[in-house]
Amino acid sequence: MVAETTAKTLNVTLRVWRQAGPDAPGTFVDYAARNLSSNMSFLEMLDVVNDELTMKGEEPIAFAHDCREGICGTCSCTINGKPHGPGHGIATCQTYMRSFQDGDTIVVEPFRARAFPLVKDLVVDRSAFDRIIQAGGFITARTGSAPDANAIPVPKTDADLAMDAAACIGCGACVAACKNASAMLFVSAKVSQLGLLPQGQPERDHRVLAMVGTMDALGFGNCTNQYECSAACPKTISHDFIARMNRDYLKASVRAAFKPVAAGASGGAG
Amino acid sequence: MAQLDSKVPSGPLADKWRKHKTEIKLVNPANKRKYEVIVVGAGLAGSSAAATLAELGYKVKNFVFHDSPRRAHSIAAQGGINAAKNYQNDGDSVYRLFYDTIKGGDYRSREANVHRLAEVSVNIIDQCVAQGVPFAREYGGLLANRSFGGAQVSRTFYARGQTGQQLLLGAYSALSRMIGAGAIELHTHSEMLDLVIVDGQAKGIIVRDLITGEISRHAADAVVLATGGYGNVFNLSTYARGSNVTAIWRAYKRGACMANPCYTQIHPTCIPVTGDYQSKLTLMSESLRNDGRIWVPKRKEDRLKPPASIPEADRDYYLERIYPSFGNLCPRDVASRAAKRVCDEGRGVGETGLGVYLDFAEAIGRLGEAAVRERYGNLFDIYHEITAESAYQQPMRIYPAVHYTMGGLWVDYNLMSNVPGLFVLGEANFSDHGANRLGASALMQGLADGYFVIPYTIGDYLAGQKPGSRPSADGPEFKAAEENVRSATSRLLGIKGKEPVSHFHKRLGKIMWEHCGMARTRAGLEEALKMIPALREEFWANVNVPGSAATLNQALEQAGRVGDFLEFGELLCLDALKREESCGGHFREEYQYPDGECKRDDTNFGHVAAWEYQGPGRAPLRNIEPLNYEFVKMSVRNYK
Ligand SMILES: Cc1cc2nc3c(=O)[nH]c(=O)nc-3n(C[C@H](O)[C@H](O)[C@H](O)COP(=O)(O)OP(=O)(O)OC[C@H]3O[C@@H](n4cnc5c(N)ncnc54)[C@H](O)[C@@H]3O)c2cc1C
Ligand code: FES
Repeated sequence: MVAETTAKTLNVTLRVWRQAGPDAPGTFVDYAARNLSSNMSFLEMLDVVNDELTMKGEEPIAFAHDCREGICGTCSCTINGKPHGPGHGIATCQTYMRSFQDGDTIVVEPFRARAFPLVKDLVVDRSAFDRIIQAGGFITARTGSAPDANAIPVPKTDADLAMDAAACIGCGACVAACKNASAMLFVSAKVSQLGLLPQGQPERDHRVLAMVGTMDALGFGNCTNQYECSAACPKTISHDFIARMNRDYLKASVRAAFKPVAAGASGGAG
Repeated sequence: MAQLDSKVPSGPLADKWRKHKTEIKLVNPANKRKYEVIVVGAGLAGSSAAATLAELGYKVKNFVFHDSPRRAHSIAAQGGINAAKNYQNDGDSVYRLFYDTIKGGDYRSREANVHRLAEVSVNIIDQCVAQGVPFAREYGGLLANRSFGGAQVSRTFYARGQTGQQLLLGAYSALSRMIGAGAIELHTHSEMLDLVIVDGQAKGIIVRDLITGEISRHAADAVVLATGGYGNVFNLSTYARGSNVTAIWRAYKRGACMANPCYTQIHPTCIPVTGDYQSKLTLMSESLRNDGRIWVPKRKEDRLKPPASIPEADRDYYLERIYPSFGNLCPRDVASRAAKRVCDEGRGVGETGLGVYLDFAEAIGRLGEAAVRERYGNLFDIYHEITAESAYQQPMRIYPAVHYTMGGLWVDYNLMSNVPGLFVLGEANFSDHGANRLGASALMQGLADGYFVIPYTIGDYLAGQKPGSRPSADGPEFKAAEENVRSATSRLLGIKGKEPVSHFHKRLGKIMWEHCGMARTRAGLEEALKMIPALREEFWANVNVPGSAATLNQALEQAGRVGDFLEFGELLCLDALKREESCGGHFREEYQYPDGECKRDDTNFGHVAAWEYQGPGRAPLRNIEPLNYEFVKMSVRNYK
């Protein structure tokens, strides 16, 4: 097959962040990775290195992964200083060794951010994202209470834009890429998706206030419009959604100040 | 011998579910909060179930081995979800979806379950839209549809090529809402390693925290497993790497019957294998078969020629030729075997000869590149990332790969296993797809089970349990189960052999693929049944699991799962050996028609095989649930 005929062999040096646990000291350790095929994925390369470490009786490098096709959002390496590595619009697991040169030294670190505490080696805890969603990233639609799906037509352009936002895989690269460790891209994607749809209107104000409030409380930083987030996003989610959320937030704050919502009317679980 | 009462309600097919819902016992609202339900898994099935049970007022504990419920393997489903909405006015109906699913499953599923699935399919779409799932729409603002294999109507709803992601995020948002409301206790990074049975009923689980290594006991009034499929027994598959059989395998060892484990689905359109280091196979969604045409050269000599240089007259669009009425949209098992046949004839393309073309040139000519990009852009991108080739310029090369498992724990009409109090949902059960699943029907089943079936049927069981009668987690059964988990963990860490876990997984995968893959024979299966126990013995003597049990230890997690696959794979092969017929995804070379189609044996095998554990080293018992077709005639499947 074509992929095979174009396969090259390469040797690289991996400089990997090793840290046994959240409170243990961490350090970079070099490993030689030899005879790699350029058609290997970056994570397959780590598999090979780990098997070699195991056979030498050393502890393998802990790294997060699952689907290995860029959709689950589990993988989370910063490669040569870039969250998810050199490619544009792809996750760590979609990075192939053909993106590197024979003889390269490749620096591999975890996603670093105050709100993502380190678990081990390249694995961090991103449960803060779940807590933001729990605060308001939903439409209250009790099972069984829904009207017919075609009862409310949604303009295709709105539906498409909502889908653009909904493509977020919750990996946290946006946070890792931001010098302020802000989660604005993540939060704005969900706020925009639901805010663009007619079904999302009743809770629109509550949602944006609750999600932004939780984001701040969890220690994510502010957005200073550098847009490193969109550049690192494996789904190339546009920073336009941040501006959209800021408008929503402003309107919701004003409305909350002048027209207090009746108790219990927010509908959400918050 | 296990009692396998399907509990299918009497009466006309179309009335069974309605009637059942009005007749089963209810738990009164004030009592619901007195019951605790454990839900293991937060894929489509688990998260929809947990959210809905919590909405009803039950106290729910949800466990996942992932770091977040949003990462369940359901997230990876690409193509779509079926529903008998008939929005296209093309003649679809609940009956037609039911019939297509029964026929697609090669008459090996339960009629009543499948009819219920088709009935509730319409509610699923309503529910998802209400949650904000951004399904594809037409310019007028109404929902769009596409076609999937095994159907002659357009009933598949989709969200670009990320339908599973969007449906899961919808269910995850419902789950998150109830977690935020304090109605669900979420345990991430928590792997269920044993089921606890008290007085013959499922009353709890043992869990290992994958970060701290802590082992804990959890008691409940009922346990729901929604832990996904076991396709990774083949090692290479389209599944996420973490998908495994452990939860249902350990439940099997506690007495739950394992039904039809040999029914595995090989998906026809995946990116071919390139090397030994490979860790997974990537699916190219079946939706591509709406517009892509599958072909190989007519002559072997042409197989390495650039595809563009092969004139139309020298191409064999074999699916269109053999199955003119379904063409490229024939069911998966049929399409996969046809690909294998043309490759076995020496006409497969690419270096390895294990590939066929999926060609979009005609579609691009007809619709324009922009329209093709709009429909399939993200799939073409995935293909490009992996192969460095552009499917806009040359045909994709595809080959079948393991993709789905129709088998799973046996359940009755209420989705309860033969162990009272143990419910099984989604891909983890065996219920609705018979011997072959149609595309876009797994998402439908997962959400049907979780949103619309279990919320009713669990009440029927719980109403018979006294509120507050839940056993304490300090009881002897819990203690013994915990001990069991602890000793298995230390045993793995103590072997300190020479080979990493992955080597055993790869070797098991090769045995399974070669002897129990797309085509199976008595001799091959008998051989596998010798090789697997030998490999298992080697594993327990020579595996190396470094590190300790007190921290995140991915090798230890993997070792536990592969250890279970090494047992389960044997049962899978045994089931394949004992099913002396061909049906759906289970193709025994001895049983075929001259044209290579499956030769079923309804008289002797028109039943579910439900295997019952008999203890270590003892042959499992093969129980039978006869399939009584009251409404549809079992007939030879024909897609010609
Ligand atoms: C690449 C791909 C594409 C697909 N595309 C489609 C499609 O287009 N249409 C369609 O209908 N179907 C599709 N399918 C099939 C479908 O996605 C799955 O069958 C379905 O999503 C399974 O859902 P589930 O809820 O049963 O399990 P999963 O989504 O696999 O979830 C399993 C859950 O169980 C948890 N779990 C498992 N074991 C344990 C344990 N021991 N302890 C604790 N937690 C545990 C996991 O953490 C996870 O939360 C596709 C499948 C694949 C592989
Ligand atoms: S492993 Fe799933 S996105 Fe990378």
